[in-house]
Amino acid sequence: MKKSYQSLEDNSTKNMKQVIYRKLTSNILHLGFILLLTFSTTLNAQDGDSAKGKTLFNTNCAACHNLDKAMTGPSLRYVETRLSDEQGLDRAWLSDWIRNSAGLVKSGDSYANQIYNEYNGTAMTAFPTLSDQDISDILAYTATDPVVAATPVAAAGSGSGASEGGISNKIILGALALLFALLAMALVLVRQTLNRFAEAKGVELADKKRLPLWKAFAKNQFLVLVTAILFLLASGYYVFGYFMQVGIDQGYQPVQPIHFSHKVHAGDNGIDCKYCHSSARVSKTSGIPSLNVCMNCHKSVYEYNGETTAEHSKEFYDGEIQKLYAAAGWSDADQKYTGDAQPVKWVRIHNLPDFAYFNHSQHVTVAGIQCQTCHGPVEEMEVMYQYSPLTMGWCINCHRETEVNVKDNAYYTKIHEQLSKKYGVDKLTAAQMGGLECGKCHY
Amino acid sequence: MKGLIKITVIALVLVSFVSCKKDTRPNYQFMPNMYESVGYETYSESNAFANGKEGQLPAEGSIPRGYIPFEIDNTQDGFLLAKETLMSPLDSTQIDSKRGKELYTIYCGICHGNKGKGQGNLVKREKILGVPSYDDAGRAITAGSTYHTIYYGKNAMGSYANQLREEERWQVVAYVLQLKADLEK
Repeated sequence: MKKSYQSLEDNSTKNMKQVIYRKLTSNILHLGFILLLTFSTTLNAQDGDSAKGKTLFNTNCAACHNLDKAMTGPSLRYVETRLSDEQGLDRAWLSDWIRNSAGLVKSGDSYANQIYNEYNGTAMTAFPTLSDQDISDILAYTATDPVVAATPVAAAGSGSGASEGGISNKIILGALALLFALLAMALVLVRQTLNRFAEAKGVELADKKRLPLWKAFAKNQFLVLVTAILFLLASGYYVFGYFMQVGIDQGYQPVQPIHFSHKVHAGDNGIDCKYCHSSARVSKTSGIPSLNVCMNCHKSVYEYNGETTAEHSKEFYDGEIQKLYAAAGWSDADQKYTGDAQPVKWVRIHNLPDFAYFNHSQHVTVAGIQCQTCHGPVEEMEVMYQYSPLTMGWCINCHRETEVNVKDNAYYTKIHEQLSKKYGVDKLTAAQMGGLECGKCHY
Repeated sequence: MKGLIKITVIALVLVSFVSCKKDTRPNYQFMPNMYESVGYETYSESNAFANGKEGQLPAEGSIPRGYIPFEIDNTQDGFLLAKETLMSPLDSTQIDSKRGKELYTIYCGICHGNKGKGQGNLVKREKILGVPSYDDAGRAITAGSTYHTIYYGKNAMGSYANQLREEERWQVVAYVLQLKADLEK
């Protein structure tokens, strides 16, 4: 036993390393080692500071350049070595290009013109303010090797932790249900055994001669009457409840053709509702944004890097972004619209009946009501659902309770004064302004 | 024992009734023809047009009331022309910096930051990078260049012409220049 264990030990050094890899301290060491490697290579190659370079790159260059992916401009990882290897161009040429690319194009430089035409004649913004040190910092950053080894470990760790927390409640409920079932079975079994004992010992069971319970009940007319009335009332209550919810879609949560997470956009990233639903400010309908609004950001945001769950993984979100690209006709590889666009068949959630009029701009712009008042905590919804019942009673209730902002509203000062005198109040509600008149919403 | 089976059957039937209500389907309606519009609803499908959509583009060449065509092209030359020559049609009494700020916060602040330094929420979270500050010397933004950029977009920034109307765009331009002046102080 001992011998075999020892001989295994020599062969399993690789496996042992993988186990150690899980531990936090060695994980950090590993990461440090990678960082050390990247720094040492950059220090050999040039004298720039890649950490400073990253900041400079993110403020100045990243609008158009990515390290690994062509965007408005070409990808820039190892740009300096690539240029000197492939084109024979040195740091001086690169500095000229960065400080004044238009000038270099005009001077007739062949490679400058080639790259200018390759990217559809988009002129690169001139950066005359960047010093030599700044440029070498940025180039040091572009010469760093991609760091990939560290990320999957961290992601896997956080993923398993989240799923464990989700199951525990269900396990407890299941265990309780099982316990109750066992208890009930035990009681039945006990009764059966007791009966058998009684039979075996010849004890006569007392209740054999008694009337069955339901017969005794049926003979008592008073009890039957009371039960019938109670039964009718209860069923009336439930039938009423059932009919009252017909036509109300509260909680309606359809599956949309592209999984758009309001939680990620409005919640995590804090994008204003009206950024996308811009027509809510000025129109009756709060529009579904056209895909060019999505593409304002998603030209740059081509992958998801936020929190993930078991159901919604990074691959899932990335796939949804690809669906958007397909619908908008955007080719991510060429950074160009192909012109082959497909409309997205979004499923409408909030829909008032045809006989009721509702105007978004009146509520959003004039009254200044928050979107969440009616639509609920949208910024927490992974999948959008209807939060409010959208019934007439619900509308009217809000009109009765909501006070109108009469301050600094010069145009309506006179009518506000007259109405407050009429109702004898300081603050007017929407109802007192005529918000309950039938014709306001039904015509 | 027979009673037990009957009770289970009834319970199962009831449960299946209740579970029929699904949130992914709209509820039943009493009189659908009173709820559902005879006219086409916004964004609905329609057989009346060849491409099957209710929302159609306006006939070619038609312009909305009050619309003033923007005659500068979406090119680098057009950008430079706008930068040098285009001026805001709003005079000082028409500039409503409160509304400009509101619109700026909704549409621009998410990337450019509420102070115009290029440090909006999306930049801080490293979703979108390389957003310049308004006082950037290499760009030296003017009213005309800002308007051109809002209208057509520039580099990674898209066009905001469909989210902001002409007058609103100029209000935002005025507010951007105000932020620029504050940054340069």
